[in-house]
Amino acid sequence: MINKAFSFCLTVVLLMISVLANAQQQNTESGPVNEFFRSNDKIYVVVGVLVIIFIGIVAFLIRLDRKISRLEKGDK
Amino acid sequence: MARHWWKALAILLLLYVIIAGFTVKIPIIGTNGQSSRGLFFHVPMWICMYTMFTISLVYSLLFLGKYDLKKDVMASSAASVGAFFGVLGFATGSLWATYTWGGTLTDDPKQMCTAIAILIYLAYLVLRMSIQDMDKRARISAVFNIFAYALLIPLTYIIPRMVDSLHPGSATTPGFASKDTDGTMKLVLYPAFIGWTLLGVWIFTLVVRYRKLQLKKIIQ
Repeated sequence: MINKAFSFCLTVVLLMISVLANAQQQNTESGPVNEFFRSNDKIYVVVGVLVIIFIGIVAFLIRLDRKISRLEKGDK
Repeated sequence: MARHWWKALAILLLLYVIIAGFTVKIPIIGTNGQSSRGLFFHVPMWICMYTMFTISLVYSLLFLGKYDLKKDVMASSAASVGAFFGVLGFATGSLWATYTWGGTLTDDPKQMCTAIAILIYLAYLVLRMSIQDMDKRARISAVFNIFAYALLIPLTYIIPRMVDSLHPGSATTPGFASKDTDGTMKLVLYPAFIGWTLLGVWIFTLVVRYRKLQLKKIIQ
């Protein structure tokens, strides 16, 4: 059940990435968000990279936590 | 869900630390430049390591009092998570040293003593793997663990503060004192301590739960 939901989300995300990559080959748009990420020698891009990595690790830990909980329930 | 609040707190604190760690204003001291921001990520590794090794020591003492194998599981899990954070702290420190001290592995007393302390704990983990009998392994490693902790504190905390070292916070080097750093750094550093320690405790509980399931399987 959860695995199906997970693979569905993964498919949607991957499709979105490929569509975005096709639609926007070079980001030259202005706007407050883009300008913020380009300011200060683009250091905020690195902040974004770290936030993405951290969220990934946390999502992994939460999944692992739930899996172990299920194992513990099945043991009793 | 209510008992998971501290995990959510850890995630929120660390998101704050990652974002604020790069945006907060820091004083530029000597040749450090912007690399002082490493403080927000390097020092919490050690705080987390100390917490884990203290948990490990307490459970080793409790094990020697009752000879309960579950206490041994707690002690060994805490030691392995602590060693993991110690290696991370050493690696981040070495990278920083490459560009500020001019060498990745230097003869600096703090770096040397820390390397020895981590090796002692790695020896603890190797010692555990080398003994097949579970009760014997638990007893010998509990005693070893107490000696390891008794060496950890002088090696990483006392000696580096007595001798001259390049590391910030040593006898003659500026460190994390009010005259050396801005108050703004503390606004990020203290949440970082709490956040990384909570994350370490979370990983520790996962390892413990997994190893207890394993222990149950062996005993049955």
